[in-house]
This record gives sequence, C-alpha cells and structure tokens, in this order.
Amino acid sequence: MLSTVVFWIAAVLAVVGALGVVTTRNPVHTALSLVLTMLSLGVLFLLLHAEFLAVVEVLVYAGAVMVLFLFVVTLLMAGVKPPREEHRMRLAYQTLIAGLFGLILFVLVLHAMVGANWVSTLAGPGGGTFGSIASFGTALFTRYLLPFELTAVVLLVAVIGVVVLGREQE
Amino acid sequence: MLTVILVLVKGLITAVLLLAAFGLMTWVERKVLARFQFRPGPNRLGPAGVLQFMADGLKLVFKEEIIPTAADRVVYLLAPFISLTAAIVAFAVIPWGPPIHIFGQTVPMEIGGPNIGILFIFAITSLGVYGLILGGWASANKYSLLGGLRSTAQIISYELAMGLAVTGVLLAAGSADLNTIVAKQYHLWFIVPQILGFLIYLVTMVAETNRTPFDLPEAENELVAGYHTEYTGLKWAMYMMAEYINMITVSGLATTLFLGGWHGPWLPPELWFLIKVAAFMYFFIWLRATLPRLRYDRLMAFGWKVLLPVALLNTLATAVWVAVR
Repeated sequence: MLSTVVFWIAAVLAVVGALGVVTTRNPVHTALSLVLTMLSLGVLFLLLHAEFLAVVEVLVYAGAVMVLFLFVVTLLMAGVKPPREEHRMRLAYQTLIAGLFGLILFVLVLHAMVGANWVSTLAGPGGGTFGSIASFGTALFTRYLLPFELTAVVLLVAVIGVVVLGREQE
Repeated sequence: MLTVILVLVKGLITAVLLLAAFGLMTWVERKVLARFQFRPGPNRLGPAGVLQFMADGLKLVFKEEIIPTAADRVVYLLAPFISLTAAIVAFAVIPWGPPIHIFGQTVPMEIGGPNIGILFIFAITSLGVYGLILGGWASANKYSLLGGLRSTAQIISYELAMGLAVTGVLLAAGSADLNTIVAKQYHLWFIVPQILGFLIYLVTMVAETNRTPFDLPEAENELVAGYHTEYTGLKWAMYMMAEYINMITVSGLATTLFLGGWHGPWLPPELWFLIKVAAFMYFFIWLRATLPRLRYDRLMAFGWKVLLPVALLNTLATAVWVAVR
C-alpha cells in the first residue's frame, strides 16, 4: 500500500521533471528539473530493492554530473539572455517533428515492454541479490569486464582532451 | 505500520536533537574560541552566556528579509532549504547506540538501516552541494557566484579523497552497513589498522564543511562572504545550521567508522557516542582557533595532488591486505 503511494509520487515527479527539462527557458531551472527526475528515479530503484543502484545513481548523476552541468551553466551563461523571438533560428515545424519522433519512441518502448518476459528477480522479502553490492561487483568484474575497462579508457581520453583543449594557446 | 511510526518518531527526535545541538554548538564555539584567544566570550545572557544563541536566533528572525531585485526568487529561496535538508537527512543512517527492545520489537538506533549506509551519506552530502552553488548563482552577485563556485569545487574535490579513505574501512569491515562496521570494531577500533585513512578523513572532513583552514570561500576579506553574502535573517541562519549540522554528521561518521561508534566500557553507549562526537567538534573549533587559512589554489592542489594519491594507495594497500588475509 505504502509502496504504491510512493511509486505514484515518484513516477509523477519523474515525468514532471522530464517535462520541465524541455519546457523551461532558464538553463538553471532545466538542470534542477533534471535533478528532480534523477532523484525520483533513485526512489523508484529503492522500491525495487536495488539500494546500491539507487544510491550510486544519486551520487554519480545528481551529485556529480549535474553539479558539473550547473558549473558550466552558471559560469558561462550567467547574464546571457535568450535571443528574441524574431532572431531565433527555428527549424520549420520543429515542435511537430520532435513530437512525432517522441511518439515513435514511445510506441517502440511500449512494444518492448508488452512483449517482454517479466521474470521477478526479487527472491522474497529482503529483495534477493538484485542490485546488491556483491552482485554488482561480481558482474562488473567477470561478465562485463571488457566494457568496464573500455569505459575507463574513454574517460581517460575525455580527461586528456579537456586538458589539451583547455590549455593556453601560445 | 509500526515500523513507519517508529521511523517517523526517530526522524523527529533526530531532527529536533540536531537543531538543538546546533544552538548549543554556536555557544560552545564562541566560548571555546574566546578562551583560546584569552577573552571571556559571551557571558551576559544566562549562566556563562548560554542563552546567547537564543538571543541570536530571535535577532535573526526579526531581521529584514531582503531579496535582491535581479535574483531568481524560486532558486534563491530554495537553496538554503536544500543545504539544511541534506545536512539533516545525512544523519539518518548513523547509529547512535545498540538496538533497544521496546514494545516487544527490536528497534535499531538509527532512522534507517539500509545495507548501503556509507554510500547513502555520500549521496546526500553530494546533494547538499546544490545549496552552495544555487545560492551563489541565485544571488545575482559576482562575489556570491565566485564564492559559491569555489566552495562547490572545493567540496567535490575533497569528496573524492574522503570516499577513498572511507573505502578502506569498507574493505576492512567487508560491508557498507554502519551497524556491521560498528560491530566489527568490538575488539579493535579501525583507527589503528586504518590510521592513514583516518588522517585523510580528518583533513577532508574539515574541507567538506568549509571550516578553517579551508574556509577561503567564506572569508570576509576574500569574497565578502561567498555564497551567503546576499542572505539575511532566517535564510542565512539556515545556511549556518546546515554548516554546523554537517559538522556533526561528519563527526558522527568519523566516530562510527574509526572510533568504534558507541562501544565503550561502563557508561551507556549513547553517552559514549556523544563524547566521541564532542571530541571531534572540539577538534574543529581547535583548528579554527589555531590555523591560518589555506590559499585557494594551494587548497585545490593539496586535495588533488596529495590527498587523492595517498587515499588511493591506502585503498590499494587495504584491498591487498584483505585479499591476502
């Protein structure tokens, strides 16, 4: 009963946050809406007894990635006013095209959800081992070792790129 | 249903106690700082000036609420709330005593006991950073923005070293659940095998709460008052509450991870916990009275070039030791 109430609140907040991201004009408000969505997703993970996943998602996404977004937004866009109506570059019918593609994506996701085989990984009260630290660690270092190492290399490339691009031009 | 009521009651008690501790801490800090500086400190209101914090609170309530014209109202009013909420919520997983038995139930002495206790605290303190950066930006003031960005950069840099120092304890205990970590320290506190982690944690603990010697973002002669320059009255009080309650939370975490939590002979466990946390709070005030503050670039260099490699080495050494054992 309580979990249903919590689920509905978190789900509605996640959708509200996502809508806020695409509708607000102020970039800081956009980032904050996305943080709201991230927190709601964290709550939804908690409802699935995936505590480690929930905490890591909040820690990494809402606590690090979005903070860096806010850094860039507040440093670079403070005082930048959005361009006036007649100067904005608009694609023809951009709202219509975006809405159409969104609808196609939604139908695809619905099709995937309906056709999926829903096997419960929750082994009773206590939640089994889905999303626990041990299962994460084991999977990450045995079955998914190659993607894990490649992700580390990708991050390293990004860091090196930032250092190179941000250096003073002589 | 009973669990929900128990959680709500524990939450209420914890929140009230934390706010009361904040009031007490302001008085303790002023008195102890004064004694370090050979002066009496507040001594007019109440015995030994204890009621000074009530007078300060009343004064702040009655101050004029100024909101800058160019400020983003919603975010401006939201920022101190975020700071304060994150500070109080982070305390939820710290156990201040062994489980007690009332109403025929075993009640753990923490609000929630998820088996990812430490990570929960890190997640919530990461969210607390938003209060700083949003407060700095929403004030529509260059000094506030710079102060807010400096504070935020400092905190997210030292979060890394703190997380790694704590990972050493996590490895040594084999669990992220704070109750398990306290239980494993029955014979030997983790400060002994994890002495390097403890020292790193001590430094990052002070940096995380923006306390001297790491308080350049709030220093008056640097950036006016950093992110809380434009905040008056109760909103400023909320920022201060957030700072002190953060201090209490990191002290509580240090006690739980390194000093054996509520273990101790003769006295009731909750009292032992209080004594250990009080020792860390005194350490905070002692540092403030003694050390000059670090210049910002040296602060960041220290966090990234010294603390992070040392913390990584500590984690590596602990991992090797645990694997070999």
